Amino acid sequence: MSLADQARGDLKLTGLHKRYPNGFVAVESLDLVIPQGSFFALLGPSGCGKTTTLRMVAGLEEATKGTIHIGDQDITDAKPYKRPVNTVFQNYALFPHLTIAENVAFGPKRRGAKDPAQEVKEILALTELTEQANKKPTQLSGGQQQRVALARAIINRPDVLLLDEPLGALDLKLRRAMQIELKRIQEEVGLTFVHVTHDQEEAMTMADTVAVMNKGRIEQMGAPYDLYTNPQTTFVANFLGRSNLIKGTVVGREGSGADAVVKVDMHGTIATIKASKVHTDSDHGWVGIRPEKVLIQPEGQAIDAPGAALSGAVVVDASYIGVSTDYTLRMPWGQEITCFEQNTGRRGGLIPVGTKVDVSWRPEFAFLLDSAQDAEAGLEED
Amino acid sequence: MITRVGNWIGKHLMLTLGILVLLYMYIPNFIVALMSFNDSSESRNLYQFQSFTWDNWLNPCAPQGMCESLRVSISIGLLATLVATIIGTLAAFALVRHRFEGRSTMNLVLFLPMATPEIVMGSSLLALFVAAGFGGQLGFWTVLIAHIMFCISFVVVTVRSRLAGLDSNLEKAASDLYANEWQTFWRITFPLVFPGILSAALLAFSLSFDDFIITNLNSGTTVTFPMFVWGAAQRGVPMQVNVIGTLMFLLALGIVIGGEVLSRRRAKGKAVTL
Amino acid sequence: MEALQRVFGKNAAYLLIGPAAIWLAVFFLFPMLSLLTTSLSDPATGSPINGYTLTWRVDNYVEALGEYWPYMMRSLLYAGIATLGCLVLGYVLAYAIAFKAGRWKTVMLVLVIAPFFTSFLVRTLSWKLILADNGFIVNTLQTLHILGEDGRLLATPFAVIMGLTYNFLPFMILPLYTSLEKIDPKLNEAAADLYASPWQRFTKVIWPLSLPGVVGGTLLTFIPATGDYINASLLGSPNTQMVGNKIQQLFTTAGDYPHASALSVILMVLIVAMVLFYVRRAGTEELL
Repeated sequence: MSLADQARGDLKLTGLHKRYPNGFVAVESLDLVIPQGSFFALLGPSGCGKTTTLRMVAGLEEATKGTIHIGDQDITDAKPYKRPVNTVFQNYALFPHLTIAENVAFGPKRRGAKDPAQEVKEILALTELTEQANKKPTQLSGGQQQRVALARAIINRPDVLLLDEPLGALDLKLRRAMQIELKRIQEEVGLTFVHVTHDQEEAMTMADTVAVMNKGRIEQMGAPYDLYTNPQTTFVANFLGRSNLIKGTVVGREGSGADAVVKVDMHGTIATIKASKVHTDSDHGWVGIRPEKVLIQPEGQAIDAPGAALSGAVVVDASYIGVSTDYTLRMPWGQEITCFEQNTGRRGGLIPVGTKVDVSWRPEFAFLLDSAQDAEAGLEED
Repeated sequence: MITRVGNWIGKHLMLTLGILVLLYMYIPNFIVALMSFNDSSESRNLYQFQSFTWDNWLNPCAPQGMCESLRVSISIGLLATLVATIIGTLAAFALVRHRFEGRSTMNLVLFLPMATPEIVMGSSLLALFVAAGFGGQLGFWTVLIAHIMFCISFVVVTVRSRLAGLDSNLEKAASDLYANEWQTFWRITFPLVFPGILSAALLAFSLSFDDFIITNLNSGTTVTFPMFVWGAAQRGVPMQVNVIGTLMFLLALGIVIGGEVLSRRRAKGKAVTL
Repeated sequence: MEALQRVFGKNAAYLLIGPAAIWLAVFFLFPMLSLLTTSLSDPATGSPINGYTLTWRVDNYVEALGEYWPYMMRSLLYAGIATLGCLVLGYVLAYAIAFKAGRWKTVMLVLVIAPFFTSFLVRTLSWKLILADNGFIVNTLQTLHILGEDGRLLATPFAVIMGLTYNFLPFMILPLYTSLEKIDPKLNEAAADLYASPWQRFTKVIWPLSLPGVVGGTLLTFIPATGDYINASLLGSPNTQMVGNKIQQLFTTAGDYPHASALSVILMVLIVAMVLFYVRRAGTEELL
């Protein structure tokens, strides 16, 4: 079933700005287009402005400047109850004095539906709540309450559905299950979902497009794969997964078009980085590499990677966690970097602490970031 | 058997002590119920149990003026409850939902009547009525004014705590689900605050019905039920007073238990048609 | 409410608070002022029917205090002891309901409030019967030689204080219960886990956390008990009269409003001073 038949188009935020009376700027001149029917996630640490953005779209917070459009319709100043937008609240905000069916029927009735019983039935079936129809919210489990909140919102066929940390109150296992469930429902109803979360795994699991927010701005936006493999700022590199950032100096640029590369000198070793993953014009930068892309071998043994290897690293810690092992390596220049190695059994054991190892990676996985940025941005948050 | 009771007491010392305190609180109610069956026709001055009779229950209004005073008390109680509940509920909404100049002053003004001894409140009101030239017209209306005055604070406190405990997200959710301000208020806010308003009303009525000190100073020749009891206490209390006392107790218990049963049944969620 | 706010703009709050504010200003604050002026009026030139004129006669206070200070002291003493009694009894019951009653919680709470509904004069009168000279309790105490042959309970300070304790007990229990109920029972377990004895768990964890209830309860008990005269009238003797008795007599029987008002003002000032001192000491100013 598709609820989005008459949906009027994309959600467009233009120069959206929120400044609180105390001077705090929560959202800074935000421009954003969220295509109709997409599952969009706003990801960021607490205080980054993601919830404020959501609340402005919902009409629960007034924008200081800027406009909000759905298709051609300007809803910037519309009352919350006059917007084709619904919200799944963080703690669900289910009406405790109404039954589940009454909660779900609340919206349609306010809009003048005489007898929404049939629709309610369908939505309850979609969200697997048929048996709970006549119960009160307090009699339901956390996961069921979450689904009621969802059902209560989507029955209204909003142009945009806002989800404010919808899974925050659930335990880890249920969260994973609900993520898949939410994704299924979104695909089934075809509505635009805008999802706010601080959990990067949740955002990547569910959303088609993820926007990483920091300090009221969008740092980077894109498909989860692009964001992860090609972060443009140190904040994104650290907040979305983990990264090793090694100081380097640009020594040359070669090739052109898709083959263009930049050569960087890292403490005496030359690394090659694809130009499409270079996000600085200066001569200095952070060479970034994800821990699972880092390959290691005891000193002198061959590494399965073309190009130069860094030698002289020492294993200072090895944590065995079943599927993989986390190694902490001290580089000759004193920096510690991380390496995740799949336990394929190839090595037949762990590399003991104290072993000297060589370090390398496939050049296509490395990226280069602006050295003016803080290498620790996005680390302590979450 | 005795050892089992002993064991239970040992394990539940605090609960046992608590139940003993509760029993202590019920000694007078037990005596009142007992005395309502006392045949006091031989000697009214001896306030002690003589012989059993149904007469008091069969003729509750026999003592002259008692049922009239009861009627006065109930009228004042209902009127004071109605006015105080409305005024107090409005004030509670203002205090919880609005930030306005003078809010903290208002909180203080609402707190003061609860912190003032009744004798001071009653006498000050009397001093005002006399100063304003109403010294000769004390009666039903002056008592009603006084009762509304001291009930307001208790209503505000009761409703305010209920309102403050209300998740403000519920109203936002209603607004998000296409309810306008008016619908949000009547469908969400009011039903959820209503139990608080109800218990505030119950409290107001019991305060008004039971008040003696303030009433006594401001009533002129009007006689409320507590005043009738007070007057009778000087001569010898008619046993029917105990009938009324017991009836009120049973009635209140019935209302509270009935309300509890009703809300539990509703919480169970009987099938509701949409 | 927002609908109102939209219609009346910013004034919605004042429209909502207005009736209560006006009612309390006219019938509570203004009378207090009236009480003050009456207390400074000449008793000789006015009457309860015709009213009084303000003559700044401070002597009313000197005379009232000079004549009635023993009653004032007695009121504070009786109310103080009764409050202490309420605290002990009330704490036991509130604790039992909050932590030990299990599914009987609501029932017990209702049972605490229910006696309220039998007129409190009627209940107080019944103590007269219970404590009567030839009653069961006095006889038992005499048999046990705790009370002498001519010993009695009625018309003694004991009877008055017991009456006060009994009558104001619910006012103590409810605030105590409210703050005890908020305490997470796990805190008690955590304290036990950290080697606290049951007594230490009470003094170091439960008691400090219940302080708001203790302060609220003692105020709600002490204040009305100090001004009460019903228990002293019904259960006491002329020797146990409290300041409330005197104020009431001056107003009604004697018709001496200026002295009665002066005595009221003194009582009020005394109570406010004690409450402020007490609340400071307990460190719970935010309650006010």
